[in-house]
Amino acid sequence: MQHRYDVLVIGAGGAGLMAALYAAKGNVSVACISKLYPTRSHTGAAQGGIGAALGNVAEDHWEWHMFDTVKGGDYLADQDAAEVFSKDIIDAVYELEHMGLPFSRTPEGKIAQRKFGGHTREFGKAAVERSCYAKDRTGHMILQTLYQQNVKEGTMFFNEFHVTDLLIEDGRCRGVVAYELATGETHTFHAKAVILAAGGYGRIFKITSNALTLTGDLMSIYYRKGLPLEDMEFYQFHPTGLAKLGILVTEGIRGEGGILRNVDGERFMERYAPTIKDLAPRDIVSRSIISEIREGRGVGRDGDAVNIDLTHLPREVIEGKLAEITDLARTYLGMDPVKDLVPVQPTAHYAMGGIPTDLNGLCLSDGNGGSIEGLYAAGEQACVSLHGANRLGTNSLGDLVVFGRRAGIYAAQYARQVEFPDLPDDPQSGTKDLFDGLKNGSGKENPALIRKEMQESMMNNVGIFRNGPDMEAQVEIIRELKARYQDVNVGDTSLRYNSELIEVMELGFMLDCAEAMTASALNRTESRGAHDRADYHTRDDINWLKHTMAYKDLDRPGNVQIGYKDVALKGFTRAFEPKARVY
Amino acid sequence: MTQMQHETSTAPAAAKQALPMLHIKIKILRFDPEKDRKAHWETYAIEAQAGDRVLDVINEVKWYHDHSLTFRRSCMHGICGSDAMLINGRNRLACKTLVRDVAKDGGTITIEPIRGLKVEKDLLVDMEPFFDSYKAIMPYFINESPAPAAERIQSEEEAERMAHSSNCILCACCTTSCPIFWVNGSYLGPASIVQAHRFIFDSRDEATQQRLNIMNQNTGVWRCRTAYNCTEACPRDIPITQLIEEVKRAVMYQQA
Repeated sequence: MQHRYDVLVIGAGGAGLMAALYAAKGNVSVACISKLYPTRSHTGAAQGGIGAALGNVAEDHWEWHMFDTVKGGDYLADQDAAEVFSKDIIDAVYELEHMGLPFSRTPEGKIAQRKFGGHTREFGKAAVERSCYAKDRTGHMILQTLYQQNVKEGTMFFNEFHVTDLLIEDGRCRGVVAYELATGETHTFHAKAVILAAGGYGRIFKITSNALTLTGDLMSIYYRKGLPLEDMEFYQFHPTGLAKLGILVTEGIRGEGGILRNVDGERFMERYAPTIKDLAPRDIVSRSIISEIREGRGVGRDGDAVNIDLTHLPREVIEGKLAEITDLARTYLGMDPVKDLVPVQPTAHYAMGGIPTDLNGLCLSDGNGGSIEGLYAAGEQACVSLHGANRLGTNSLGDLVVFGRRAGIYAAQYARQVEFPDLPDDPQSGTKDLFDGLKNGSGKENPALIRKEMQESMMNNVGIFRNGPDMEAQVEIIRELKARYQDVNVGDTSLRYNSELIEVMELGFMLDCAEAMTASALNRTESRGAHDRADYHTRDDINWLKHTMAYKDLDRPGNVQIGYKDVALKGFTRAFEPKARVY
Repeated sequence: MTQMQHETSTAPAAAKQALPMLHIKIKILRFDPEKDRKAHWETYAIEAQAGDRVLDVINEVKWYHDHSLTFRRSCMHGICGSDAMLINGRNRLACKTLVRDVAKDGGTITIEPIRGLKVEKDLLVDMEPFFDSYKAIMPYFINESPAPAAERIQSEEEAERMAHSSNCILCACCTTSCPIFWVNGSYLGPASIVQAHRFIFDSRDEATQQRLNIMNQNTGVWRCRTAYNCTEACPRDIPITQLIEEVKRAVMYQQA
């Protein structure tokens, strides 16, 4: 079946819904393809807030937010993106409020704000209340509100459609091919412009806050075409996932005054970040927690967690402003944060890297300014690069609103100016090859076992603390898993609702993301932000103040070619020189 | 009704830690439209930890026992609303229900699709009628007055009026537990009324009258017979019946 839309959005999370909304306002026909139902996307799992310098609770300025974002990213963030972001996000938050988002309120009736990791006043002096929140379900409210607005606009949704191929020829995107879960039918979507906003790939790790569906599909499809993925070595481990489960426990609980304690009851963050303590950025807190555990000061039966202590906070704060995580702790651990210490451990959470884009969301084809006409990306899938080597809490929701909006606006603007490009002669041939490849192997390998081995080995070898030998071993492990994947068994042969076929396809996408991440991490011989190497333990601005661009070597399968891209070290009006990163 | 027994522990032993394991049976109502003329039960013997989610167990079945088992799932922690199912006869989210709360060692967990929506395959149902009802209540904020440069002011108390209704994740546990909905699919159902409540009681929204009119139609709130099934089924602890009563009162007095 064939469809035609001016602008096609892939993904119905925050970035996709924002892009669809703004593309529709641009007077073009818009459709949104999602592998889930709308409101199932993982934006809904974000809890703590969206950072913007509104100054509703304490004095704040966009320059301070920009500085915090750049420093938080260990100076690898592109400063032009950080400046656009820190300014735009203020209006964008007001706009969400005008769309009806039920924010929590200050006593004056303004949007409530609270402290969050790495967000400071006066360029690092002390923590500032910048995170605008709706209790501790801010992402849920953003997702619901943006979906509601799309219902109002009449956006066309293709739910439970899985994109299998991007149609790119002669440097121009011409549409996508997608597989309909309900029927097993393959559809060609002809489009003038396509916006990729399908989220991250945390499921390559064993312990993760990510949904089962976050498998890097579009990143892999982009990468398979010989196009680059940027900064894949920078992956954020959130410090506080519920022990063993990895379920997110918002940083907002530290913003409200929660304290991390080791087995001795010590507030250990005082040793690692004397100024802002528990509100240090996530990479630093995660490493501090692992250090405590490695030095024998962990809690729990296996000593592999630390405690988060809320017991000194009033019950109404815990049950009101932190209702979500109170429910999670009670449901999954049988513990009550009002009176119990809750065990937490770092959990794979967010990809700083992804499909490289310019400030308008246009996808880049190399590190020298080349681009793919008509193809845009936004949100976690994209790397603009706002977050550099480490993302600050709240900046993911901000990113998807600001850059989802920009991608929608610019894609619509482009679509209004051009005719429909020609489709390739046989648009579904790539998809046919993909499915034939899955069905034609010997079928002796259980995909669940390959997935499990990938998740465990990535956790062990390319996790929070890295070193050369472990990552070299991981390169071989991924090669071996990819070889076994050739013989994978698709245990369901039915046409309708074949979720097994989807899971097997997703595993192939994840193996690509793991390959690009491992190669990029092994190549970067320094420590910066979330990328920490025992064998290269310092930041090296002389050699490594640059973005990684990882390309699949199409001639030598299993190999990755690395290129680079300059970091924007200046914004439009402000610039912050790289300095030692202490908190 | 076919009963099938499958071998256990195809999963690698390393996955299982030294915690005490529960030996349970999981009995699932299966239906494949390409093979089956009607639904049938299949039973799988599984080892699980007490703290495992029911969804973990269902994934175990799919990954190591029968790859064709079909169900929806995504977030794994009760926020996306994908995995509503009938677990031991009650509507719950599989990812928010722990094994220890529904089975003892040697016991059985029964799993069926939620009721009142067409079963497409195994535990997966047609959600379109549910979302059609959602769309019928104008589920979006309406305020055509020019917006101020900053936020619209709303008091903490006014914001709190939406605390329960805005907590809904559209999982359909409530609507598909409602006996009125089972017999009359045109009833908008508890989830849609909760959504209407979220806007009717939003001090900033200007379309209260239109929404109350929708609620006053014969597909609206008056169908509710306060069976309380919805309230008991809600995985987010929303006092749904109470919210429906508040909407009924607002319709009666034509004001929020």
